[in-house]
Amino acid sequence: MTTSEHTARYIGASKEWLSAAKSSAPSWLNDLRQDGSASFAALGFPTPHQEEWKYTNVEPVVSRQFGLANGEAQSLGISDILSSAFVEADAPRLVFVNGVYAPAFSSVPNLPGGVRLTNLSELLRSDDAVLAARIGRYANYRRNAFVALNTAFMGDGAVVIIPPGCRVSKPIYLVYASGAKNRLIMSHPRTLIILGAGSEVHIVESYSGVDGESYFCNAVTELIGEPDSAAHHYRLQREGAAGFHTGTLAARLDRGCHLTAHAVTLSGALVRNDVHVSLDGEGAECVLNGLYLGDDKQHVDNFTEIEHSKPRATSRELYKGILDGASRGVFNGKIVVHKDAQKSDARQTNRNLLLSADAQVNTKPQLEIHADDVKCSHGSTIGQLDPDALFYLRSRGLGPDEARSLLSFAFASDIVGRMKVAAIRERLDDYLVEKFRDH
Amino acid sequence: MLDIQGLRAKVGDNEILRGIDLHVGAGEVHAIMGPNGSGKSTLAHVLSGRENYQVTAGGVTYQGQNLLALSPELRAREGIFLAFQYPVEIPGVSTTYFLKAALNAVRKHRGLEELDAMEFLALIKEKMKLVEMDQVLLNRPLNEGFSGGEKKRNEILQMAVLDPKLALLDETDSGLDIDALRVVANGVNALRGKDRAMIVITHYQRLLDYIVPDFIHVLYDGRIVKSGTKELAMELERKGYDWLKSEGAAVR
Repeated sequence: MTTSEHTARYIGASKEWLSAAKSSAPSWLNDLRQDGSASFAALGFPTPHQEEWKYTNVEPVVSRQFGLANGEAQSLGISDILSSAFVEADAPRLVFVNGVYAPAFSSVPNLPGGVRLTNLSELLRSDDAVLAARIGRYANYRRNAFVALNTAFMGDGAVVIIPPGCRVSKPIYLVYASGAKNRLIMSHPRTLIILGAGSEVHIVESYSGVDGESYFCNAVTELIGEPDSAAHHYRLQREGAAGFHTGTLAARLDRGCHLTAHAVTLSGALVRNDVHVSLDGEGAECVLNGLYLGDDKQHVDNFTEIEHSKPRATSRELYKGILDGASRGVFNGKIVVHKDAQKSDARQTNRNLLLSADAQVNTKPQLEIHADDVKCSHGSTIGQLDPDALFYLRSRGLGPDEARSLLSFAFASDIVGRMKVAAIRERLDDYLVEKFRDH
Repeated sequence: MLDIQGLRAKVGDNEILRGIDLHVGAGEVHAIMGPNGSGKSTLAHVLSGRENYQVTAGGVTYQGQNLLALSPELRAREGIFLAFQYPVEIPGVSTTYFLKAALNAVRKHRGLEELDAMEFLALIKEKMKLVEMDQVLLNRPLNEGFSGGEKKRNEILQMAVLDPKLALLDETDSGLDIDALRVVANGVNALRGKDRAMIVITHYQRLLDYIVPDFIHVLYDGRIVKSGTKELAMELERKGYDWLKSEGAAVR
């Protein structure tokens, strides 16, 4: 089958889902889903002929006959989910299994006054006005086929709304677990995060899956920062070895807003992450940190785009990759500075460590600058472990394997060290120590 | 403890050591001086097992073993320690984490039990006093953003923790102001002992005011052209290296 035939199959599936879900949905939602479906039909699944998908062929994902989950798929154990998803035991959390809210696994303790943490399907039923006004406005389904597909299949996910001036100190966990025995399951989880003016929150989106089972998780998150708010966003991916993940984070930041977004990809057969940040207010700033690990035949593609739309906005981006086995990494970092965005300050760095002769990485910075008074820099490196550092460690008594594993760990842990949530740092460091032990 | 006989070594096609003979006994402190490019650092790196150097002739016996047959980590575990002239910065690994891993590798080899986190912390706190090092540095990434003085203190701290039998100090004085030099030298002096030998490599006599050696050797053009006691350092300070260069030429 060709890509267009796969596209046709998915168009059919989305129409079927639309008509089945139609009667229970408010009209704005039906319109939005319809738009998503139509956009998907117009775009079709991407192919490597398209510049933004040059190194990533989604054929292995879209050629499989994935279907939406029904009741029987909620068979994953809570302990498996929470331990593989890096979740703190007593933290507030919403858990979704194959895209469907799992209240028995979730825990919503007392949150500061006015904070809304709820699952999307519940809000969709109640025809929520905030939701109707916001969802679907930031993740561009007219440009990205996977966002379009997610929009067409929009059914469940998480909604977090922080009222103005409210600072939530405890991180909120949104856990998306995927996979089922002997069934090819897809899910299209949708997350909406709204920060009121001057508010602050830490959100951890954790994606994990059953090892060995093939599944497809196609996630979209929209994050809106009202003026002077601060968001700390974590996207942690520990997908199963045969799991596919496509995900988009679309953020729009108003004046004086801050966003730090960490994207960590630890595993998965094929992972494609899109990040789109619109710095849409004076003095807004974003920090994008990324860590991606590849082994065996895994494929990890990070596509980031930062738009400086207003003056005096700042962006800092550091993505680091470690590729082993016959894995492949892709980094595409686009920075667009619009005409009126004077005094923009953008810095982008991508560093890659290749641990085997068969591993490969493609890295591509892209600057599009339409203003004249800006500071923009970018740099990328691809290399092996530093022989001077290896010798230094060996001269202290560490064996060559131990020295290599320590240096690989260190390369990755540099990103972990930039995270504010101590529990996440500890859990990730433990994972990385184990991963690189005597490599 | 250490016997170097007719040692020749090269990097690529460039012969740097052209026949070194040196005997170092337990408890002795030897200084090796010489102008830039004379081969001082090469000697230190060859002894610690750096792979870019190729030994073409001669041999090194360390505690009855053929040193040159050992890997760098085995040399370290057997008690050889090189304090680097330019300690390497390693982002992402704290000094504590690194040093605990190193110490336990060494202890395991020596048939000692590995230290747990608490025992290690107690040990390192005690050793830090030797070099007057700020404890916050322990949790920072190894050498990253450290000043020259902090890096050298960290080298001596590592030496104190790993408890070597033979310490090679490669230009430990370079890049230090006089206060830092005094602190580092005090640390080194506190580690002198009848079972520990040291080879102190330096370009300047200044360091030897603080770490007083038992023997001094002058390296020039890959050979030891003059050996003596600490008075030789004074003579070098007065006369520079030029007068020895002619002697070096004569030896050749």
